Amino acid sequence: MLLVNLILILLLGGALVWWAERFGDHWPRQLALAIVIGDLLYLLRGLTFIAPEKFALVPEAINPDSWLLAWSAEWIPRFGIEFSFAMDGLSLILVLLTLVLGAIAIVSSWDEDNPRQGFFQANILWTLAGVIGVFLAMDLFLFFLFWEVMLVPMYLLIAIWGHEGKSYASMKFFIFTQFSGLLMLVAIVLLAIVHHGTTGEYSFSYFDLLDTPLEQNTAHWLMLGFFIAFVVKLPGFPVHTWLPDAHTQAPTAGSVILAGILLKTGAYGLLRFTLPLFPGASLDFAPIAMLLGVAGVIYGAILAFAQSDFKRLVAYSSVSHMGFVLLGIYAWNTLALQGAVMQMVAHGFSTAALFMIAGALQQRLHTRDMDQMGGLWRQMPRMGAVALFFALASLGMPGLGNFTAEFLVLVGLFAVDPWMTAAAALGLITAAIYSLIMMQKAFYGAPDEGRNLQDFGKLEMTAMAVMIIALIHLGLFPQPVFDLVQPVLDSMAVEVAPISQLQVAP
Amino acid sequence: MMQEAAMALLPALVIAIASLVLMMQIAFWRNVQVSWVLTCGAILFALMALPDNAQLPLQVTPLLIADQYGVFFSILILFGCLITALIARDYLEHRRGENEEFYLLLLLSGLGGLILVSATHLASFLLGLELLGVALYALIAYPERGHLPLEAATKYLILSGAASAILLFGFALIYAALGSLSFAGIGEKLAVLDLAQDKQLLVLIGTGMVFTGIGFKLSLVPFHMWTPDVYQGAPSPVTGFLATVSKGAIFAALMRLFIDAGLYNYAGLMAGLSAIAIASMLAGNLLALQQDNLKRLLAYSSIAHLGYLIITLVVVASLQQPQLAIEAAGFYLTAYIVTSLAAFSLLTIISSDVPDSVLGDDADLDDVDHLRGLFWQRPLLALLLTVALLSLAGIPLTIGFVGKFYLFAVGIEGSLWWLIGALVVGSGIGIYYYLRVVFIMSSKVDNRNATIAPGKLSLIAKLVICALLFIMVYLGVMPQSVMDYLGSVALEQ
Repeated sequence: MLLVNLILILLLGGALVWWAERFGDHWPRQLALAIVIGDLLYLLRGLTFIAPEKFALVPEAINPDSWLLAWSAEWIPRFGIEFSFAMDGLSLILVLLTLVLGAIAIVSSWDEDNPRQGFFQANILWTLAGVIGVFLAMDLFLFFLFWEVMLVPMYLLIAIWGHEGKSYASMKFFIFTQFSGLLMLVAIVLLAIVHHGTTGEYSFSYFDLLDTPLEQNTAHWLMLGFFIAFVVKLPGFPVHTWLPDAHTQAPTAGSVILAGILLKTGAYGLLRFTLPLFPGASLDFAPIAMLLGVAGVIYGAILAFAQSDFKRLVAYSSVSHMGFVLLGIYAWNTLALQGAVMQMVAHGFSTAALFMIAGALQQRLHTRDMDQMGGLWRQMPRMGAVALFFALASLGMPGLGNFTAEFLVLVGLFAVDPWMTAAAALGLITAAIYSLIMMQKAFYGAPDEGRNLQDFGKLEMTAMAVMIIALIHLGLFPQPVFDLVQPVLDSMAVEVAPISQLQVAP
Repeated sequence: MMQEAAMALLPALVIAIASLVLMMQIAFWRNVQVSWVLTCGAILFALMALPDNAQLPLQVTPLLIADQYGVFFSILILFGCLITALIARDYLEHRRGENEEFYLLLLLSGLGGLILVSATHLASFLLGLELLGVALYALIAYPERGHLPLEAATKYLILSGAASAILLFGFALIYAALGSLSFAGIGEKLAVLDLAQDKQLLVLIGTGMVFTGIGFKLSLVPFHMWTPDVYQGAPSPVTGFLATVSKGAIFAALMRLFIDAGLYNYAGLMAGLSAIAIASMLAGNLLALQQDNLKRLLAYSSIAHLGYLIITLVVVASLQQPQLAIEAAGFYLTAYIVTSLAAFSLLTIISSDVPDSVLGDDADLDDVDHLRGLFWQRPLLALLLTVALLSLAGIPLTIGFVGKFYLFAVGIEGSLWWLIGALVVGSGIGIYYYLRVVFIMSSKVDNRNATIAPGKLSLIAKLVICALLFIMVYLGVMPQSVMDYLGSVALEQ
């Protein structure tokens, strides 16, 4: 029930926040922050009731008791559809990330003057609810429902509170994800109908569908349906084009949520559904997927380098970083998969922070053009220092989470395909170039003296501190994350991978 | 026996008697309020008088049957009539002229729909179709002002008349070949007789003409040309009625004919239907992209939706088992009717209290641009239209999604990959123009430029809005009850 409550708190909280709008603008944001933090505490409290040895248990598909938490209820018996939620180490990490970044997103727009504050915050909460639903749903119909529903509040966030090109950006975002989602829906229904054909019963349950025997050809098509939907969200090359527009035009909180959390649903989908449901087809497809990953890493980096718009630069760097996730997933061995998960978390923090800085700059300077910035460090030293930290994290400075992640992906990938590793490693160099250029253009140089700028306040610094500590922790003591995720990876047929004997050194 | 038959047809009888009473009332004592109360009362009474399952199915004369299939669609039709009558009240209050006959025509048209969904004979099929259609001509031309309604009505009259003539010709050819006019009789003759070559040809041409005629009424591509003009010209409540009750009833009757008469055994017919369906999905959605008038936009989108619906007919052939197809068609039509009613109710409600000076020559407020800023001015109205558009686009948590899910399920079960492909592409295109309206509603305008000023809604309007919102969301989240009912609906074969 905890899992359902987690979502319900956010859903009902959204309605409450909307209603609280009538008492003034500051009420909604305080209430929203309280709700997200309350939700987080509720989850943490719930975790203390789980036996510690359960965290090391390999979650088995057939046995929901081997999961950390599981809950299900009948919903639409006509098609064997259930309200079915379950959580393992992977979903736990991502839900934690979602809630932490959700709170940070609310803080990031604290001083922004958004009209209809209540509805704005409500949309943030509803997006979070949708994302958590995606991470927890274990019924494919339910999963699809959350997958689509989280788009609507996100669309509204961009369409109502976005910047100058919001109409185009929000539409593109919605159509890309919705259209690819339809392909996934076809694949889901086809899978369920094949299952119906062999067993005589309709079911959309993940646990039931896992062992559906598929003809090779069917499996390939189905895998592709899921893959396209997830890769659009990831986003992978060449279906990433919605991302720079959406990220740039979204309000700050929207960008933080998009980059920090929403992109991770794509990676999660690949890990949770595409690989376990269609292991054979995925293995056949792995070289192409990895090629797309490498292309994303390099292409994203080159385009990031060419941007003069602060937010667009960060957006393209996301394409580059998420390429590593795709590589890690399809290299398909323990090291690379650990790296991919680590990258999801680390990238969530580093990019969220950069978008928050971009938002703060836009609010203060009314521009995102880096050519009109320069010398900001002297005017806002706290923001400058923070920005330098996250730029370094993003370029893969050893000791921070992103380095651990990318290093592991490269090591894992090397065993599979050295040439691709060599190409992907270029991404690390180019990352240094665009990150440092960003710092140089915006924060170094001679300041424009006419500006009177306000540095980061206490609230913003607190949010930044949380992310800084998280990244340092992930860089220096990554083992807790690995321990949480390892059983999940063990459950995912990793044994077919070429170098399963390699283990992460403790 | 006589009494049972009367009970089984009670809803239609109630509506028929009510229209007579209404006629007398108008002759002796003109009063809109009384007409309105009579109409709503009759519809509610008819809804309560629907036969329960224990007595069903019951064949009443060779012409009509009372069965669960008919009852289900009767509920939809009566619901559509009720909503139309409810929202028409405020709308007509601000229009000049004698408005009592509006309700009379509405009841007559509804009666035609009720007959259509229980028809088991080509004669009753035609009777229902014409009753429905003839009353609609007058309804479309009802407003006194402006030339658009008149143009629309003329267009509809001529084209619909031509379609009926083609339909009749088709009936005649079928009768000439088979010597039977009842659905089941046609089915028997087709199944048993090893037809001579020339007779086979007659039947094929005959059914082809029947489908052409019905294609006009359902506005499927390439018989769709009248749709946008008629949608735009007709007063909003009537457009809603035309889009939902009329099309729903005709489709329900067509499906019964299709299955009872075993028409799905004709491969050529199925290929033609598939082509029509794909063309409707693509053309409807593509043309809707260009529209700046919400009524025209909804007209093209209804072409696409009827195209989607044809999947449920085509699939009967590949499944050889109509149960799932009927279920899908029933659910999709429910979704389509409720959602379209919501969209047109909104158009009716916003047009109700707008002064004539703003409207000019137009009968209604229906430009997409008129809705700019609606979200800030009238949140409840904007919410209704947003949910309706999301439902039309098939976004989860709305009834439209479950309907689309059903279509995917039957289409994939029947391995109709081309149709599924067109459905995916069509839905993808659809998102653009539905969302554009949502975007325009949410954009900010200053109060002076907004066409629609903040204002109060009448109690009835609020009631209708909340009811439609509730149904769209409730059946989107908890569709099992309707699924259960539809699961028990089966056609005699």
